[in-house]
Amino acid sequence: MPWGLLKYGLSKRYPARRDIPLDKDLKKSYDVVIIGGGGHGAALAYHLARYHGITNVAVLEKGYLGGGNTARNTTVIRSNYITPDSVRFYKESVDLFTRLSNELGYNMMFSQRGQLTLAHTDASLRTFRLRAEVNKHCGVRSEMVDREQIRKLVPCLNMDEDARYPILGGLWHRDGGTARHDAVVWGYARRAAELGVEIHQRTEVTGIQRANGRATGVETNRGAIQCGNVVQAVAGMSAVVARMAGIRLPIRVYPLQAMVTQPLKPFLDPLVSSAALHCYVSQTARGELVIGGGSDPYELFSTRSTLELKEGLIAHCLELFPFLSEVKLLRQWAGITDMTPDYSPIMGESPVQNYWLDAGWGTWGFKATPVCGKRMAETIANGKAPDLIRPFGLDRFSTYALSNEAGATAASH
Amino acid sequence: MKIMHCPLNGPRNISEFITAGEVGEMPDPRQTDDAQWAAHVWVASTRVGVVKEWWCHAPTSYWFIAERDTVTDEILRTYPASEIYRERKHFGAPEDHGG
Repeated sequence: MPWGLLKYGLSKRYPARRDIPLDKDLKKSYDVVIIGGGGHGAALAYHLARYHGITNVAVLEKGYLGGGNTARNTTVIRSNYITPDSVRFYKESVDLFTRLSNELGYNMMFSQRGQLTLAHTDASLRTFRLRAEVNKHCGVRSEMVDREQIRKLVPCLNMDEDARYPILGGLWHRDGGTARHDAVVWGYARRAAELGVEIHQRTEVTGIQRANGRATGVETNRGAIQCGNVVQAVAGMSAVVARMAGIRLPIRVYPLQAMVTQPLKPFLDPLVSSAALHCYVSQTARGELVIGGGSDPYELFSTRSTLELKEGLIAHCLELFPFLSEVKLLRQWAGITDMTPDYSPIMGESPVQNYWLDAGWGTWGFKATPVCGKRMAETIANGKAPDLIRPFGLDRFSTYALSNEAGATAASH
Repeated sequence: MKIMHCPLNGPRNISEFITAGEVGEMPDPRQTDDAQWAAHVWVASTRVGVVKEWWCHAPTSYWFIAERDTVTDEILRTYPASEIYRERKHFGAPEDHGG
């Protein structure tokens, strides 16, 4: 390694490693076309190629790789949900994240520092007890903590009993953490490309071709393509893209805003979240504080930032950490979230044959990237959704068998 | 703060308002099969562009209709519901109408 480094340093050309091959012409047909080059699309392509031998795959991205919600989320990874179906699903994702750097040979900067969710009411404490028990039953590390334990976990937290919303207790989720969002999509895309998957950026799908209830191809701004299977993985545009295939989805679209502060000395180890205050905070490896909030109050497709959200979110953040009042904000941004009625995703079969859904990822999509890629690849290879993701099929709405996660989705309601 | 024009109270901060989704007709329960009814319950139109929605000015509980653009975040027009709904709507079974 030192010799290699020396050679590289002395070479005149400094050859850069290209992770993603340059764009080529589109082929006439593919076995699988994946609409959307974000984390989910890249993970799916990788799993299809690596574990199912399906390499004649194209990932079509209208912008650039990982430039949508993969770039806009707050990178929280956790599995402390409330229904056993969700807990088992997200647990597999956390397990995959712990091995992901090795699997892809790409540094995911996965940092499993634990997540602390705060309760400010007795009602929250009751839900936390239920979540802790369901989590433990499914093998996820979650436990109730009292004020003394919270003080030890996060010494800088405002534990004042006279605060507007005093902290009564918490749910301590040892498995929670963060990962580098860009690395996740680049790592998957790079390995998928090595296995023969084609990644086409600046390629927008404008229509879905169908015949006899089956998807047969897609139309793009670079021409039409025939394909055996189509998968849509387009967070924020799920309902719009599904409409091209004649499918109506139970999705409403809201922006979710987040912000980041100037870098500070490391002081905050766990991720701290409070549903009552619509606020979650974590400190990045660079020292910046990432502060995420609840969804905007009305439906919108715009990624604009608002002053009212900034004021509200900061007020709540300062209630938890009053000493941050002099800290400067660096950025504020929004992602477009596909909210489903039960705060669970929509995965698997659609009413159109050979057309597969990876949608409804609201505010919980990034943490599911590995498991969704793995299980959706299985779904397409076998033509049938595996048991782990069966509860999240689109058909659950017509049978009213919803999987309600509204209470366990930290700050989006 | 973004301002919305309430037909009753004039221009007010947007934080004083709540929205209840698009203006639409409820399908007739007697003419609707289970799948159509489930679609009515769950599916949203998720329109990219101009939408017509129910809004409420919460402090005064005043309901009205707003037309706005879901791409540009512009509020184009707000007006009383009476502009669309001339008569009182009945949601009960037909035999209840007499009362």
